Amino acid sequence: MTADQVTPEPLRSTSSIGTSLLRRDGVEKVTGDATYAVEHPVTGPAGEPPLHAWLVTSTVARGRVVAVDATAALAHAGVVSVVDHTSAPRLADTSDRELAILQDDAIAFRGQIVAIVLAETSESAREGAALVHVEQEAEPHAAAFQEDSPTYAPESVNGGSETDTLDGDPDEALARALVTVDATYTTPHEHNNPMEPHAATALWDGERLTLHDSTQGPRPVRGTLAPMLGLAEEQVRVLAPYVGGGFGSKGLPHAPEMAVALAAMTVPGQPVRLAVTRQQMFALTGYRTPTRSHVRLGAHPDGRLEALRHDAVTQSSRVKEFAEQAAVPARVMYAAPHRATTHRVAELDVPVPSWMRAPGEMPGMYAQEVAVDELALHAGLDPVALRVRNEPDVDPDTGNPWGNRRLVECLRRGAERFGWADRPTGARATVDGEWWVGTGVAASTYPMLWMPGNIARVRSLDGGRYAVAIAATDIGTGARTVLTQIAADALGCPPEAIDLDMADSDLPFGSVAGGSSGTTSWGTAIVAAAQQFRADHGEHPDPGVETTAASGQYADMDGHALHSFGAVFCEARVHRYTGEVRVPRLLGVYSVGRVVNPRTARSQLLGGLVMGLSAALHEEGWRDPRTGHTVTQDLATYHVAAHADVRDIDAEWLDDIDELSTPMGSRGIGEIGIVGTAAAVANATYHATGVRVRDLPLTADHFLE
Amino acid sequence: MKELTYHRADDAASAVALVAGDPDARFLGGGTNLVDHLKLGVTSPTTLVDVSRLPLDEVTELPDGGLRIGTNVRNSDLAAHRAVRRGWPVVARALLAGASGQIRNQATTGGNLLQRTRCVYFQDVTTPCNKRDPGTGCSAIGGYGRYNAVLGASEACVTTHPSDLAVALAAVDATVVVLGQDGERRVPMSDFHRLPGDRPEQDTTLAHGELVTAVELPATGTARRSTYRKARDRASYAFALVSVAAGLELDDDGRVRDVRIAWGGVAHKPWRAEVAEAELRGRFVSEESVRAAAEAELAAAVTDEQTAYKVPMVRNLTALTLTGLAEGATR
Ligand SMILES: Cc1cc2nc3c(=O)[nH]c(=O)nc-3n(C[C@H](O)[C@H](O)[C@H](O)COP(=O)(O)OP(=O)(O)OC[C@H]3O[C@@H](n4cnc5c(N)ncnc54)[C@H](O)[C@@H]3O)c2cc1C
Ligand code: SF4
Repeated sequence: MTADQVTPEPLRSTSSIGTSLLRRDGVEKVTGDATYAVEHPVTGPAGEPPLHAWLVTSTVARGRVVAVDATAALAHAGVVSVVDHTSAPRLADTSDRELAILQDDAIAFRGQIVAIVLAETSESAREGAALVHVEQEAEPHAAAFQEDSPTYAPESVNGGSETDTLDGDPDEALARALVTVDATYTTPHEHNNPMEPHAATALWDGERLTLHDSTQGPRPVRGTLAPMLGLAEEQVRVLAPYVGGGFGSKGLPHAPEMAVALAAMTVPGQPVRLAVTRQQMFALTGYRTPTRSHVRLGAHPDGRLEALRHDAVTQSSRVKEFAEQAAVPARVMYAAPHRATTHRVAELDVPVPSWMRAPGEMPGMYAQEVAVDELALHAGLDPVALRVRNEPDVDPDTGNPWGNRRLVECLRRGAERFGWADRPTGARATVDGEWWVGTGVAASTYPMLWMPGNIARVRSLDGGRYAVAIAATDIGTGARTVLTQIAADALGCPPEAIDLDMADSDLPFGSVAGGSSGTTSWGTAIVAAAQQFRADHGEHPDPGVETTAASGQYADMDGHALHSFGAVFCEARVHRYTGEVRVPRLLGVYSVGRVVNPRTARSQLLGGLVMGLSAALHEEGWRDPRTGHTVTQDLATYHVAAHADVRDIDAEWLDDIDELSTPMGSRGIGEIGIVGTAAAVANATYHATGVRVRDLPLTADHFLE
Repeated sequence: MKELTYHRADDAASAVALVAGDPDARFLGGGTNLVDHLKLGVTSPTTLVDVSRLPLDEVTELPDGGLRIGTNVRNSDLAAHRAVRRGWPVVARALLAGASGQIRNQATTGGNLLQRTRCVYFQDVTTPCNKRDPGTGCSAIGGYGRYNAVLGASEACVTTHPSDLAVALAAVDATVVVLGQDGERRVPMSDFHRLPGDRPEQDTTLAHGELVTAVELPATGTARRSTYRKARDRASYAFALVSVAAGLELDDDGRVRDVRIAWGGVAHKPWRAEVAEAELRGRFVSEESVRAAAEAELAAAVTDEQTAYKVPMVRNLTALTLTGLAEGATR
């Protein structure tokens, strides 16, 4: 679909934006009427019921499949077929080796798909999968991310940023500096585990592939799978009306989506359902790479930074490169004349890491904000004051003026609300019964991202109603609700007059719900289309007239540095006898532009804070180096925060309108809540105990005496 | 799909006969552990004998002041029972420290004692495990070890028993009442679970087909002043890193007349710290004296990088628990 490119005007008069409109899909969801990916009542053209697919995965970390013996599986009642690398349909393009499954006998990580069982019920599919005998030949592997793992410099890092940056002579400046920090910070394997696993129902009718998917981007899935399958994009339709969470793991298509597509193509006319098991999610659907950040800071005695180095090492897979941009936030946070950032990657025989809420910013700001806390200590300065002192006038990375940097206000507002001024300066100063008590602070940041290419369509309906369409997705964030509000204000009508159609790749192009760019990018396109619709058809259009417009670049990304900022304050208690950590208070104050819907925004920010708390205290995937297998592969052994871990938690935001970023005045809010949170918790545990822990998670054993 | 026969037992004796006569039959209690294992393929019985509806669901006070707990008393009911909270607070607190409200509503007393290890390799049929598949090897040695044992482990198995309730029962000298084909027998709690030795597949001293029908608690001074503390990786819904069940009775001059200490999270069975108990009898309770007693018990501990923390953790927690009891604190 081609459409004229329109760059919208700012939305100056708003009546729905800024209100806590109830979730449009709330009732369907809480009453169970919402149909998720494997719940769609899909049948074949002649009423064929769906087949159930089950994945068979490798148990060696590197090697090859010698033979797949399906005899016992095929003899089992209900099993229809077993697809392996000898029988799977051939792909037209196998360059993406994460997705090019079942094309050859190579095994590149433990947990890789080596066969798919199709059966009449999910029980027989599962039992059939257990009966498939895969003879594997193991080769020596390297699956442990170690200090001496060989590394290389990727061409660029996730998000397209430069691998290394250098300004001035940081090494010389560090050698001269009077106050320094030189420390290494690590974060472990973290796994995004949305409640709804990766799942899809696929139907191949011989001409067209229809995929009811659980994805953050129907169009990106279509755009990736179609050429690999040798199909035109129009031959693939991806729908994702309801998605039970993604957290980045459903941002890029992963191997299970290809598996269900290939399986469906072996049984034309018959739908195929696949739900990945919780255990399989630890290998097949992306995860956050472990990171090791070497941070060096050099400052004057008054705390002003002179030099800053952040050298980040992360893990990647031999199957496909993923280079987490952990040192990127260090490029924008603080003023320092001498600066360097580098990224190196260790390529291992492991599953492919991918996006997990705030890739780069989350582990990178953990390292940096703990280092800044250490610097404050060495300089004898309050950590808030130290940060204020190092505020850059312009973006240190690009030299551009800031669009809307209000970090200092976030820090001050948070300090005031949290009662920061009453805090004892020294560590290990407060005991309350069995607990050491301390407080900590950290800053957060997330870039304003805008995705090009979005297109929206506006059509007038009877009775003053409007149909608005874009292939956006609501992964539980509230996108369906906030896009309705944006459309209402852009058209000057109440939200009830908007019929929003989304989450279908047949609709005009919508980019991925990722990088906190969804509302920004889709919303800009909706405003552009609405304004063009008014220009084309006036205030009183006849029913049935429509306008489709592609979003021009509204955001002033070339002239200004556009970022969100925030400050996180934490109270931590560390048990004097066991070292257990509890967090009774957590507060985030953010500057994120205008908040389109306070209700859904609050839940995004709180959700981010909880996820950051969870990373601080609990989350750690344990990959057994002997087998390359993540053995903590369920939610009883991969701990995430339980309700009892989340106590008094709150998020607030500054009154903001950012007309440089979007016509709505908003920026993205999906990820910033997780950024900096783990550092605030770590800094609070230091203040409580005097023990500096640099390796996440902050488990009890670190503090035990 | 696997064929599975389901019997709902009418009486205890026929349930025992059904299971004892069939090596592939299992008792089904609340199912919160066994059903997970069926799904994971950890065990593949062909027959389930549901004992959860047998009328063994009462808590009765015994003439000597003790308590008899039917096996089908649910964990949440037992924790809330007034007599238990008054006379055996350690039992109520241990139960409440375990699992979640929903699971406790479903879980039975006998099922809780017979729940199996949470060792990640035991629960993953793609990895070798001597407990699940005897003779295949122990993946936990040299593997993931955070929850492994530090006392009484063997070369065949290094895992721990996960039950909180069992640790409390060990500290109150409970007796497990068991029905077998030859009738009833009574097993002291300390002899109920076993150390792994070279038969880690055998968690307890029960024979196949023996049914737990009740647990009996004697009324003692140490049980009356008792409590449970558990250290864990999150505030709730996590198994113990280590736990301490303790009961204390003091002389008029404040010395220890009698004491019970049982540890969870350190061994293949609830670990009665008898060396530490002996050290403390006749002494005053102080952080120092309890730490020293715990260290005497822990002299036998074998640790590695991943389990080293358990020694100071259980020592500290024991000191905190007993000093708290001595002060009359009843947390
Ligand atoms: C997520 C999760 C977290 C948990 N956290 C904890 C925790 O923190 N602490 C804790 O202690 N527990 C915890 N549990 C375990 C829970 O306590 C047990 O699953 C439960 O007590 C088992 O009881 P049940 O009646 O459901 O047993 P079932 O699952 O029915 O049976 C378990 C075993 O006992 C056998 N059995 C059952 N009844 C009898 C009987 N009368 N005689 C002989 N054999 C019998 C069965 O054959 C089976 O082998 C947790 C469980 C889950 C799922
Ligand atoms: S420790 Fe025991 S349960 Fe765990 S793998 Fe070894 S034998 Fe199996």
